[in-house]
Amino acid sequence: MTDIAAKTPLTKKDFVSDQEVRWCPGCGDYAILNAVQKYMADSGADPAKTVFVSGIGCSSRFPYYMNTYGFHTIHGRAPAVATGVKVANPELDVWIITGDGDSLSIGGNHLAHILRRNLDVNILMFNNEIYGLTKGQYSPTSPVGTRKKSTPMGSVDRPFEPAQFALGAQATFVARTIDQDIKHMTTVLEAASAHRGTSFVEILQNCVIFNKDFYSSTVDRKVRPDRTIDLVAGQPMIYGAENDKGLRFNGFEVERCAASDASVWDPTAKSPAAAFLVTGMRDDPDMPVPVGIMRNVEAANYEVGVHAQVEDAIARKGKGNLKDLVYAGEMWTVE
Amino acid sequence: MNPTSAQDPQAGELPLQQLDRVVLRFAGDSGDGMQVTGNQFTRTSAIFGNDLATLPDFPAEIRAPAGTRPGVSGFQLQFASTDIHTPGDAPDVLVAMNPAALMVNIKALKKGGVVVVNTDAFKELDLKKAKCDTNPLEDGTLEGYRVIEVDINTRVAEALADSPLSNKDKQRCKNFYTLGLMYWVYSRPMDATLKWLEEKFKGKPDLIEANQKALKAGYNAGDIRELFQGQYEVPKAELPPATYRNIMGNDALAIGLVAGAKLANLPGVFCSYPITPASGVLESLANYKHHGILTVQSEDEIAAICSAIGASFAGSLGMTGTSGPGMALKGEAMGLAISTELPLVIVDVQRAGPSTGMPTKVEQSDLLSSIYGRNGDAPMPVIAISRPSDAFDMAIEACRIAVQFMTPVILLSDNFIANGAEPWALPDLDDLKPFPVQFTTEKGENFLSFGRNENLARPWVKPGTPGMEFRIGGLEKAPTSNISYDPDNHQAMTDLRHAKVRKVADTIPTPAVEGAEAGELLVVGWGSTIGILKQAVDTCRLQGLSVSRLHLTHVWPLPHGLDEIFSKFDRILVPEMNVAQMTVLLRGELPNHDYVPYNKVTGQPFLISEVVERIQNVLAEPKKA
Repeated sequence: MTDIAAKTPLTKKDFVSDQEVRWCPGCGDYAILNAVQKYMADSGADPAKTVFVSGIGCSSRFPYYMNTYGFHTIHGRAPAVATGVKVANPELDVWIITGDGDSLSIGGNHLAHILRRNLDVNILMFNNEIYGLTKGQYSPTSPVGTRKKSTPMGSVDRPFEPAQFALGAQATFVARTIDQDIKHMTTVLEAASAHRGTSFVEILQNCVIFNKDFYSSTVDRKVRPDRTIDLVAGQPMIYGAENDKGLRFNGFEVERCAASDASVWDPTAKSPAAAFLVTGMRDDPDMPVPVGIMRNVEAANYEVGVHAQVEDAIARKGKGNLKDLVYAGEMWTVE
Repeated sequence: MNPTSAQDPQAGELPLQQLDRVVLRFAGDSGDGMQVTGNQFTRTSAIFGNDLATLPDFPAEIRAPAGTRPGVSGFQLQFASTDIHTPGDAPDVLVAMNPAALMVNIKALKKGGVVVVNTDAFKELDLKKAKCDTNPLEDGTLEGYRVIEVDINTRVAEALADSPLSNKDKQRCKNFYTLGLMYWVYSRPMDATLKWLEEKFKGKPDLIEANQKALKAGYNAGDIRELFQGQYEVPKAELPPATYRNIMGNDALAIGLVAGAKLANLPGVFCSYPITPASGVLESLANYKHHGILTVQSEDEIAAICSAIGASFAGSLGMTGTSGPGMALKGEAMGLAISTELPLVIVDVQRAGPSTGMPTKVEQSDLLSSIYGRNGDAPMPVIAISRPSDAFDMAIEACRIAVQFMTPVILLSDNFIANGAEPWALPDLDDLKPFPVQFTTEKGENFLSFGRNENLARPWVKPGTPGMEFRIGGLEKAPTSNISYDPDNHQAMTDLRHAKVRKVADTIPTPAVEGAEAGELLVVGWGSTIGILKQAVDTCRLQGLSVSRLHLTHVWPLPHGLDEIFSKFDRILVPEMNVAQMTVLLRGELPNHDYVPYNKVTGQPFLISEVVERIQNVLAEPKKA
């Protein structure tokens, strides 16, 4: 490659693979794919060093559509596969694509542990509160009472709040964004990518076929200003069509208040308590659904620690050779 | 014990008798340190130059209630001046530290054998814990054995009277007293153990001194107290010329994986979840970071194999290790590695099943699940380790097959191999044939991500390579790697995956027949039964029976040439520690032979004597018309 060619900036098209995209017409996944491809080009990502790893589900087809390295693995296991990829080659930029069922039901254990280990990877969790690929059963994020084919009388189990799951697993970066808001999503992707550690990004995603209602009641243009709040670091927690509503912390609660009384949002706080409180608002119909960056703190990265130990072992013992390993311990020779 | 030459018994001096082999079993409570005692005796015998084989037999519970039968931990070893292949059938000598250990093990002892008992541990409460209504030292249980009674607790307390240790800690030195006693009986030097204690308890001079004192006190007691009728000597074995070290199977396996990755010219990434009896491989490899191996202790069995697959995708050699229950959990991910055609080594240290089964007991019952136990038509090469030192060679072989054929490989071990030890004739490393991996870095003409080379293997492209970006996954794929639901493509890919695995047989040798190449009976074994079957068949041939032996190292695909070999024998006896799994396999693959299954699933290896008897009986039965 010549220097000139190397410097030619890539465009979104360079990140589009030759595979035909096969999501349902109107699916929120298209918007996310579009935003990620554009973000990759704009951020100067190197397709050769980028790996998308997914599990199973509608969202997990995503890697096939990215012209980067990609691995469509098995249900729930993307974080485990990605751990191997990142440990083997920390130079790769690893993105995990998953859904609410993939990450919080069948893959809950792996999600918890990758967050705890804090590998420097990014997780995009498409949350549509439904199983799409298996044709519309309730998911671990569906509200109680969800009536679907497998729950004709309504689901009876309480849903996970994904951000709280992540916070409980000691996630160092937790954010939420919305499939159709490319601008907001891009901001979140930038922050997620810049964060050194596991970035957990929940993307509210529209399943037009099986769960349109959940989505429209929250983020439709008409209701969104009053139903969501965009949390911005260093800014007061205000929302509403007129920016007239506020939220403030009062002891161990978060409550509504006048915009002028709103608390200032700080995702870098040492304690995850505030993030836990605001993400808990989703259960309350009188409170807005928070989007934006809930938590952004630093912690040690697993893969860095693993490789540091290798270097340490080499520094102390020298680069191992097989002869020293085989011809070791108490030996004796028979002539 | 078979004295081969009694020394002249001078009056007043105890005779030194030469033996060609001794089977010794230490048995005590889990907390009595019997594994340490056995391992020390093993090390000393190895350094001395005996041939040896060991069989640790311990409970799954870390500390079952003290003094009870389930809490008994045993360690058997055979050491010899001749070439041996097994830890021996019946012990010549049993050392029993308490009534539970005595009752659990006495049946195994050879008739007329020696039993050394710690009389201090036969008080009323001890008997109750061991569920003995009467005292076995007095009720006739030990009739027909030579009983040597030693008040070990008292003797240890006396020997350590000056030690600042608490009484409880002093009593924890009992095992070294016992070891010292046995060192005297078998004329073993104490140096290696004395040195080992110094390293083991570095910085704790009181513990070093107490244990060393206990060891010496035991040794001197043998000398002074005339407990035994004399000392014995097992001369050095005449092993083939080589440099040797004593090695356990799990350790040899770990070193083999390091070697395999080096020969493939790849970094190795070993991901594993702790499980008995495979954890030792992870623990060994964790010390080899400077040898180009990364280890990951994963959150579960599924994560372990998935991370190993991720590492292979990224261009390392992914490896994982587990035991039976973990194999079941890894099944879906094995299919992913098969479908994406990534190299991967999966170590299965088999144990007794089903389900949790008997975690510390041996079985060979994962054979068919290894070959067939996945969803879909999911073929994978399976190879089996035969003995502790062989784990080194077979680990390398697993790595070779994995990278040359771009396939996951199952490497079967078992609990008998994993925790057993033997002298390892160290290989000349220049003889190891490298199989360096060439990653594909350029597309060239007609490049296909799932194109084929002469082995039917696809090219290995690793992320980070510019211009080669591609996507893989568990969905059926066209040769381009794009998703394909085309019926003809699925037929072709399925056929290809099978043909590729079958092709591995082109690269493995046809096993040799030991004994006559034709005859009435061929004994076919695989895995850890090798030593027992060899000695059983040798014994039968000395008796003039028409029996030969063949051992399989590659169980899937089977090597070429078996059909012709088998056709020269009237019958094929297949002994294995499962319910006829190899028999089922052979009947399916090579149906034109008369197979006789011979199966044992007690969690204990075959005895040579029972295999001999079985061979005799089969040969006495009339042949099928």
